[in-house]
Amino acid sequence: MITVDDIRETNDMITENKLDVRTITMGISLRDCAHPNIDKFCQNVYDKITKSAEFLVKTGEDIEAEYGIPIIHKRVSVTPIAIAADACKTDSYVPVAEAMDKAAKEVGVNFIGGFSALVEKGFAHGDRILINSIPQALASTDLVCSSVNLGSTKTGINMDCVREMGEVVKRTAELTRDQQALGCAKLVVFCNAPGDNPFMAGAFHGVGEAETVVSVGVSGPGVVKHALEGKKGADFTEVAETIKKTAFKITRVGQLVAREASRRLGVPFGIIDLSLAPTPAVGDSVARIIEEMGIESCGAPGTTAALALLNDAVKKGGLMASSHVGGLSGAFIPVSEDEGMINAVSTGSLSIEKLEAMTCVCSVGLDMIAIEGDTSAATISGIIADEAAIGMINNKTTAVRVIPVPGAKVGDQVEFGGLLGYCPIVPVRNQYSSDAFIARGGRIPAPLRSLTN
Amino acid sequence: MKLVVTVVGKDRVGIIAMVSQILADNDVNILSINQNIMDGFFNMVLIAEADGSKVKLVDLQKTLKERGQEINVDIKAQHEDIFNVTHNI
Repeated sequence: MITVDDIRETNDMITENKLDVRTITMGISLRDCAHPNIDKFCQNVYDKITKSAEFLVKTGEDIEAEYGIPIIHKRVSVTPIAIAADACKTDSYVPVAEAMDKAAKEVGVNFIGGFSALVEKGFAHGDRILINSIPQALASTDLVCSSVNLGSTKTGINMDCVREMGEVVKRTAELTRDQQALGCAKLVVFCNAPGDNPFMAGAFHGVGEAETVVSVGVSGPGVVKHALEGKKGADFTEVAETIKKTAFKITRVGQLVAREASRRLGVPFGIIDLSLAPTPAVGDSVARIIEEMGIESCGAPGTTAALALLNDAVKKGGLMASSHVGGLSGAFIPVSEDEGMINAVSTGSLSIEKLEAMTCVCSVGLDMIAIEGDTSAATISGIIADEAAIGMINNKTTAVRVIPVPGAKVGDQVEFGGLLGYCPIVPVRNQYSSDAFIARGGRIPAPLRSLTN
Repeated sequence: MKLVVTVVGKDRVGIIAMVSQILADNDVNILSINQNIMDGFFNMVLIAEADGSKVKLVDLQKTLKERGQEINVDIKAQHEDIFNVTHNI
């Protein structure tokens, strides 16, 4: 029997500590849409998405109202377009992105992911076309998100693609310069990308997934911070226990929403992504949890250890609360989307090098970091190569989503708006060049899986 | 389906009467009420059974919300499962 105190605690978690379900994402296979004629293919894509996701937003809103739990985003992910569109006789997939954008607007979701290519070992015909189409596709659409997986622990790193993605990020920034290079906020470069991630901008419907599937991404950094506020001075055993218990509760809410969404939509449940996803709102920050543990400002020595404990405890607590866990599952550290991170960058306590160290123990990578617009493509490729190497060697997902804002310099601040937040320009140590390293191309071989020192 | 109705706001005459009347009008049966006044603030948690009711939960929520606003109290009605999952295994 639930007690009055239980009811008050849960409602306080929702109203005071910003507990929410971050996203319900429907994954849709587009493998049956193939057609040599690009126009016909685009029509097939539009029809498939609008039919499959017709009731997604309405269902999400109904669940939100009935249970009184905010569900912030309803989204769609699709089969990587480089695979789905490979049969098209064309040299550009921009029309496909436009069809996805139109379909997303029709069904009312706020992002659609899957303008993607999986090239960890090499490029197929469609992969080349897709990667060349990314800058224009992101400039001419509003809701389409793009991702490229260019490395994995099993295959190594495709350094030709690393070189190209530096250029693609720069071109995307240039084509969306009047929106502070917003296109780059919708482009993620991955190593070890999961095919069941419900979070944008990196979501796509993996090739091993069912026809359609609903997955849920939970959130709740504010709830974890609030729980730790009651544990001042407690040792780390107690800190970890507190985070586990809180993550359990958060995930149970996600599981309830996922089960209901799956039942009402008649679509199989995929996974729960156990992620602490921050927002720029005060009280919804991962950095502030680290600070609650005793780090004066995020980025000071001890930050990586604090994040490692947090990430691990969230997974341990969440695992038992859900029947299927997947996706990225961990703590996100997107700089512009986290009020505490923004503050730490502004005060100089958090640098890109410390963020890189933090990505070794958290769930994704260098995320939503605005850098100077004149950063060279080779330097960006170098950043991508470093992150991919961390993911490859440590058998984890890593990613890069940096935004070289044209005309912006260290000391400036850029606004992306809404949940994408705002960010001071983060200094990059680029007085020395990476050009000759990036120019080599080829593949970094897959790593040894034993003798792991 | 069981509902959890929570009411918070400045105390005044007739809050319980109003909430219970709305529930009765919609064939929702009250199972338990826990209510107190703290520093002049009215605080109530009510658990009710809605199986015999034909009203849609979203419509009932809307009625409660609107009528609550008229007398300056915040009224929430939620499916009880949100509390079960966070407090029971």
